[in-house]
Amino acid sequence: MDLVESWRDELRFARGRIVRVLLGVAVALAVALPFSGPAWIVRGTMIAITAIGVLGQNLLIGCAGQISFGQAGFLAIGAYAFAHLAGAGVPSLLAIAGGGLAAAAAGVVVGVPSLRLKGPYLAIATLGFGIAVYQVLANVPWLSGGRTGLSLPAPQPYFGLSRAAWLYCVDLALLLVFAGATANLVSSYVGRALMAVRDSEIAAEAMGISLMRTKLLAFAISSFYTGVHGALFAQFLGHLEPELFNLGEVLTQFVAITVGGLASVEGSILGAAFVVLVPALFGSARWAVPVFFGAAILAVLIFEPGGLAGRLRKARLYVERWPFK
Amino acid sequence: MDRFLQYAITGLSAGSLYALVALGLVLIYKSTRVLNFAHGDVATVGTFAAFALLSRGQSFLFAFPLALLVGAVAAVLFYFGVLAPAQRKGATLLGQVILTIGLALILQGFVVYVFGTEPDRMPFPLSDSQAHQFGPIYVSELSLGTLAAGLVGCLVLYLVVQKTRLGLAMRAVSENLMAAQTLGIPTRRVLAFAWGSASALGVLAGLFLAPALLLDPFFMLDPFLKGFAAAVLGGLGSLPGAVVGGLLLGTAESLAGAYLGIEFKKTLAFLVILLVLLVRPEGLLGREFKERV
Repeated sequence: MDLVESWRDELRFARGRIVRVLLGVAVALAVALPFSGPAWIVRGTMIAITAIGVLGQNLLIGCAGQISFGQAGFLAIGAYAFAHLAGAGVPSLLAIAGGGLAAAAAGVVVGVPSLRLKGPYLAIATLGFGIAVYQVLANVPWLSGGRTGLSLPAPQPYFGLSRAAWLYCVDLALLLVFAGATANLVSSYVGRALMAVRDSEIAAEAMGISLMRTKLLAFAISSFYTGVHGALFAQFLGHLEPELFNLGEVLTQFVAITVGGLASVEGSILGAAFVVLVPALFGSARWAVPVFFGAAILAVLIFEPGGLAGRLRKARLYVERWPFK
Repeated sequence: MDRFLQYAITGLSAGSLYALVALGLVLIYKSTRVLNFAHGDVATVGTFAAFALLSRGQSFLFAFPLALLVGAVAAVLFYFGVLAPAQRKGATLLGQVILTIGLALILQGFVVYVFGTEPDRMPFPLSDSQAHQFGPIYVSELSLGTLAAGLVGCLVLYLVVQKTRLGLAMRAVSENLMAAQTLGIPTRRVLAFAWGSASALGVLAGLFLAPALLLDPFFMLDPFLKGFAAAVLGGLGSLPGAVVGGLLLGTAESLAGAYLGIEFKKTLAFLVILLVLLVRPEGLLGREFKERV
């Protein structure tokens, strides 16, 4: 049963047998992945990287209800901050954190207008931010490396692993850290405050929640995640150009959030897997990818607003209660 | 001064297209409270329909009205097929925005599939290079045509909304949906008409943009963003605001390109909007927000 009876139940990491089994299967899959060929290592790495960003944006859009279209800008800031730090010889984990922090600082700046702007007005302001970041990168050669783009030093693998396998291990470990942190955050005061702001700003304020603190925090945390996503992406690619961070990236994030399930941790990971695996599935028929993405989000919103996470939860409840409905 | 006038006219011509796009967005937002992210892609589909007809040797007089119709039909189908059922189920603002993003992605893939990603030249009756002289300034035929199209589009919409029974119904529905239903107005059909006419305006803008740019599946993205920005600048709930916002944005952009440097042209639009929104969050001509708990 999915009944939460006490605060301790709420805090428990994996409730119920089936969740534990599913978690076990997921961990086994993740561990087995590197042995199934280089293509799957790359896909697994991309899923882990994307999932971190989707987790963050799901906090902002799904939990806090702030419709933001600035993801491309935060991704770019994280990626370029990482590239310059790594280029200056900073150890890679510190550089990744640096990328996240740079994006978080930008997130606070973008968050300030969110105190006055709502819905569509916030969407256009954040969209403008993403375009401004792109323009700055395209026009300032010492930031973006000019026409040839910016090349990054290759990361040094440890323990005799190949470069791809090492990146996979690092990114998977980071994903686990971020997923755990998000699960905790959502069931803490901060997470509850975010959802209260989403459901009614005035009611939340009347309950003693500081709108300014909560919204700025939502922007800072989500941009930190997206900045780390950008940094890991830069590390994975080894080469950066401003064109990588366009509006298509933003739409992909929305697809991942919607298909995975709004305001859900496991949904964010499933959604990230969806947006990484579907293009691989269609191969050379690239026109089919947006069509499939679009049809998928229409179908999800009409038939299963909870997304993949909601479907998973229903399936689990069905199995747990089996002979009864 | 001549230079200023020259760039101002160029800006006004671009601005009248932004105004057309913005009018469509505002019309949809006012009637159904949906931010239509598929507006640019519907316009792309309409423009490509005109392109396909023209390259089969059809005349402009046949192809252009049909293109407007294609855009309108696509939007009406989306309204009846997807949006109306979703709204009946009580979809949130975010859910509805995501629905239009879904439509945008589908249309985008469809256009890429049918026409490929290679840019094409759109045949057009007005030339881009032939210019008329008015005193010290030169205006190309295409710019004149664009200005005229913008004016006609705005005028027709004004007449429909303010002077006809249908327009009265549209205003009633946007003012209070429940009351309009109670009074026997066929709200679903009125809203579908709003979606259709808004998309036709978008296609009109697309038809006049295509000859100035090259026609590829993503050519409406930038004008759509500008139109969106113009709509927000003028206030999303105000039709005159959309026109004012579009013209202001086009002029400011052209003048910034002339005096500050071309690389700041695109960013400036959004900086201006950010500043305006910080001072007046409801846009230039919008009404102040009030929220009930």
